[in-house]
Amino acid sequence: MSSLLTSLVGPRVPAEELRTRRMRYLTPTLIFMVSRVLLLVSIFFPYWHMELEAPQYPNGLFLTAYVNHLGGDVREIDGLNHYIGMRPLGEAAAFERTASVWAIIAMFLLVEGAAFVHSRWAVLLALPAISFPLGFIGDLYYWMRTFGLNLNPDAPLSSSVKPFVPTVVGDGGIGQFKTFATLGVGYWMAVGCAALVIVGFFFHRRAYRPLFLQATAARRDRSA
Amino acid sequence: MKSDASSRRTSSLLLASIATAAVLTSVAPEAGAQESRRRRGGGQEAKPVELTPEQVGQLTKVANERKLNVDDLLAAAKTFMPSGRHDEYVLFASGGQSGQMFAIGVPSMRLLRSIAVFTPESWQGYGFSGPDDHVLKSLEINGKPVLWGDTHHPALSETNGDYDGQFLFIGDKANARLGVIDLRDWETKQIVKNPLTISDHGAAFVTPNTDYVIEGGQYATVLGYGYAPLEDYKKSYRGMVTMWKFDRTKGKIDIENSFALELPPYWQDLADAGKAASDGFFFINSFNVEMATGGIEKGNPPFEAGASKRDMDYLHIIDWKKAEAAFKGGKAKKINGFPVLMLDTSVAEGILYFAPEPKSPHGVDVTPNGQYMVVAGKLDPHVTVYSIEKIKAAIAAKKYSSTDDFGVPVLDFDAVKEAQVELGLGPLHTQFDDKGYAYTSLFLDSAVARWSLGGDYAKLHSEQPWKLVQKTSVQYNIGHLCAAEGDTVSPDGRFLISMSKWSVDRFLPTGPLLPQNFQLLDITQPGTTMPVIYDLPIGVGEPHYCQMIKADKLQTWKVYPEVGWNPATQRLDPNAPKPGQEGVTREGNKVLVKMVAVRSHFTPEHVEVNEGDEVTWRITAGETAQDATHGFCIGGYNINLSLEPGEFVECKFIADKPGTYPFYCTEFCSALHLEMAGYLHIKPKSQGAAAAGQDAPVATKAE
Repeated sequence: MSSLLTSLVGPRVPAEELRTRRMRYLTPTLIFMVSRVLLLVSIFFPYWHMELEAPQYPNGLFLTAYVNHLGGDVREIDGLNHYIGMRPLGEAAAFERTASVWAIIAMFLLVEGAAFVHSRWAVLLALPAISFPLGFIGDLYYWMRTFGLNLNPDAPLSSSVKPFVPTVVGDGGIGQFKTFATLGVGYWMAVGCAALVIVGFFFHRRAYRPLFLQATAARRDRSA
Repeated sequence: MKSDASSRRTSSLLLASIATAAVLTSVAPEAGAQESRRRRGGGQEAKPVELTPEQVGQLTKVANERKLNVDDLLAAAKTFMPSGRHDEYVLFASGGQSGQMFAIGVPSMRLLRSIAVFTPESWQGYGFSGPDDHVLKSLEINGKPVLWGDTHHPALSETNGDYDGQFLFIGDKANARLGVIDLRDWETKQIVKNPLTISDHGAAFVTPNTDYVIEGGQYATVLGYGYAPLEDYKKSYRGMVTMWKFDRTKGKIDIENSFALELPPYWQDLADAGKAASDGFFFINSFNVEMATGGIEKGNPPFEAGASKRDMDYLHIIDWKKAEAAFKGGKAKKINGFPVLMLDTSVAEGILYFAPEPKSPHGVDVTPNGQYMVVAGKLDPHVTVYSIEKIKAAIAAKKYSSTDDFGVPVLDFDAVKEAQVELGLGPLHTQFDDKGYAYTSLFLDSAVARWSLGGDYAKLHSEQPWKLVQKTSVQYNIGHLCAAEGDTVSPDGRFLISMSKWSVDRFLPTGPLLPQNFQLLDITQPGTTMPVIYDLPIGVGEPHYCQMIKADKLQTWKVYPEVGWNPATQRLDPNAPKPGQEGVTREGNKVLVKMVAVRSHFTPEHVEVNEGDEVTWRITAGETAQDATHGFCIGGYNINLSLEPGEFVECKFIADKPGTYPFYCTEFCSALHLEMAGYLHIKPKSQGAAAAGQDAPVATKAE
C-alpha cells in the first residue's frame, strides 16, 4: 500500500486491539450501515406530499413525490394546471428523477466506503449523504418556483391567475384550491440517514483518532 | 497491516446490511405505493342526539306550523338523508312504458338515475350516435326499429339464491325482449329478442345461481311469429317459457345454449325459480285455462269474463334440470331456428306438471327456504300455499286428479296444498322478511297484508301460523310490492315498497296523466306496526316490479377502469384515440375524425368535410376524475354522446346536409364549458369538393 493511500484511508486496526475492544470499532460501522440502509429504502417511500382541497373534490386531490417518480392524481392536476398555463408536472425535474436512484446507490457506496476509511477523509465521502435532504428541498423549491413563475400567458385563466410560487412545505392556495404540503416518510428517512452519519462520525472519531495519531507519530519518528 | 478479523467482520456486516436492505425493499414498494388518503366528505359522522327543551320547542313549532303529527315526524326522521350520506339500499325499478329502469335510494326514496334499456335516451347518449348506432340495431325486430319497451320485471343476478350485485335483467312485455345491464357501469349490454313470441310477461326471473334467466310468455300465439285464425286456437296457439342461458364471465346471454318449452295455450303469467328445498324447479301461474278467445263485438263473452269462468287455473311446475338434460340430449325441436321442448317431450320426460290454483291468480312466490310456493288469488281472497315436499311426493306417487287436454298431469290439489290464508280482496304478489312474515299486496283493498308463515317459520314469530296479522292501507291500487332483498334466501325485513298504481289525490295535480306512487313502509317492528313513511311520485312511465338490494353489494365503477374504455365490449378499445393522435384523415369519401375531449376543449376543434362524405367520429373522454363527464352533440344530425370519464364512443353519419355546424359539450363540465366547442364545416358539392380535391386531407392534425 502506497503511503499516500495509507494516509488517505488511515491506519488499520491491529488484530489484538480489535479482539479486546471490539465494540469500539464496530459501533461506527454499524451506525453507518443502518444509515445506508435507511437511505436505500427511502427510495420506496414518498418524499413529499401535497394535498389539494376544493369544493368540487370532496375527497381531495393528492400529489406524492418519490425520488424517482410522481404518484397520485397527476393527470387530474395537470388537467387543472392547463387552465393557468402551468407545464405538465412530468416535465419537472426529469433529470433528477432519472439520476436519483443511481445517486442514492452512489451515496450508499460512499457511506460504506467511509466505514473503511479511518482518517478525516471519511467525512468527505459521507458529505453527499449528509447534504442530500437539503438538496432535495432546494431542488423541489427550484422547480416549483420555475413552474409557478413561468405560466403560459395564453392559458385560459392567465388573466385571473398571475404567476406565483407554490408553497413547498406548509399551507398555500391557488384559485379555489387550498394546498397542504408536507414532507414524507422517505424524506425523513433521508434526514435520519444524514443524522446517523453525523452520529456515526462521533464514534468513528472516538475509535480511530487515537490510532491515527499513533500512526502519524510513528511515521514522524520513522522519517526523523 | 490490514486486519483480517476486521475485514471479515466488516464484510459479514456488509452482507447482513445488503440482506436487510433486500428484505426491506421487497416489502416497501407495497407500503409505499399506497398513497395515503385522508378521507373527507361523505356527510358528517352521526353523534347521539339529545334534544334540549329549547330544541324540542323549535321542533314542535315547525311541526305545528307544517301541521305534522308525531308519526309524521318519525317518518321524516326515518327517511331523511343529510347531504352526503348514502342510502342503505338501492331499489331497481322497472319503468313500464318508458322502456327504462330507475334506481332509487332507500330509505330516502331519492331517484338516483335512470338506465336506458329499450328506449333511446339522449342524456346517456343511448341510441344517438347516428343511423348505425349499435343500440338502434339491437332494438330492431324483424328489420323494424322498435324504439320503446314495456319494462316489467327486473331480476338481479343471484349467487346461491342471494343477490350478488353484478347484473340486472329486465323483460320487455310488449316485444318479448330481455335486457342485460352490467352493474359495474349501470349500462345495458345486450338486448335479446325472443324468436318464438311477439310479447311476454313472465320475464325476468333467475335461477339461484343465475344459470338461466326465465322468460315466461303471456298471450298465446303461433310460436315463431306464425299466423293462424282464432278458430284454430286450441290446435295452433301455444304458450311458452324460455330459459335463457347466462354466461357470467361474458356478462351476456348465451343464445346458442338457450332453449324454450312449449306450453298449452293458457295465458302464462308470472314465474319464480325454486331455491334451496325447491332448487331445480320453477313455477309459473296461468289464467285462461278456459282457452277463451274473446270477441265481445261478435256477441262472445269478452276475455275478462271468458277467461275467468272456471274456479281453478293451473300452477305450472317445471323441473328445469330435467328440461336442461332433455335439451342437451337433443330432444328439442327447432321453431324459427330456436330449440323448443315440445309438450309431448315435456310430459314423457316428467318435466311439466300442473297443480290446480284458485281462479286467475297473479304472482307465485317462493319462500326464502324454498319450501313453499305462495300463489296470490287475484279473484280469490286467499293466498294458496303449496309445499314442495308434497309436490315431490305427489309426483312420485302419481297422485293426479286428471290430465289436461294436452296430456299434462294435473296433481291432486289437496295432496300438494299446504295452507290457504284469507287476506282480503285482490291479492297479487308476495314478499318475505326475516321474521317469518309474508307480505301480500291487495289490489282491490289497496292494502299491504302481513301474514304469518307456518312450518319452520312458525318459531320465528309469536303469531298463529298461516294467519293474517295486519293490513296497512296504501294509496292506491297496489300492484307489486318489494321488501328489502325480500325475494332472496335471506330477506332483510327492513323496508317494503308498495308500488301503488294510482296516486289520485296524493300529489299536486299534474294534468290528467298522474304519476304512480312508490310508498315506503317500515316493516322493522313485528306485529301490527307497519306504517307508511314516504310517498315518492314516479312521473316517468309505469313501473311494475322492483328489487331492493343492499347498497354495499354493488361493486360500481366510479370512472371507467382505463382511458379509452369501450362500454359495449367492456375493455380498452384499440380504436380509441389517445392524446397526440388527434386529427382528421380521409380515404376517398370516408373521413375519420379522431378526437380527445378533456376539460375544456375538444381536439381538434376544426373539422372540415365535403358534402356526401361518410364520417366516422371517434372520441375518447380523457378524464379520470369522478363525475367529469362531457357530452358531444352535432345539431341537425341527431347525434348526442355521453362521454363519461375514460369512455370511448364512436358516431357515424353521412354528411348529406352542407353547412356550418357548431359542435359542443352537452354536459356542464367546467367553468369553461361553453367554450368547449368547435366547428364542423360541411362544404357544399358545388364549391367544396372539387376545389379541395377529393384525396387531400381536409383538416390537418391539430397542434
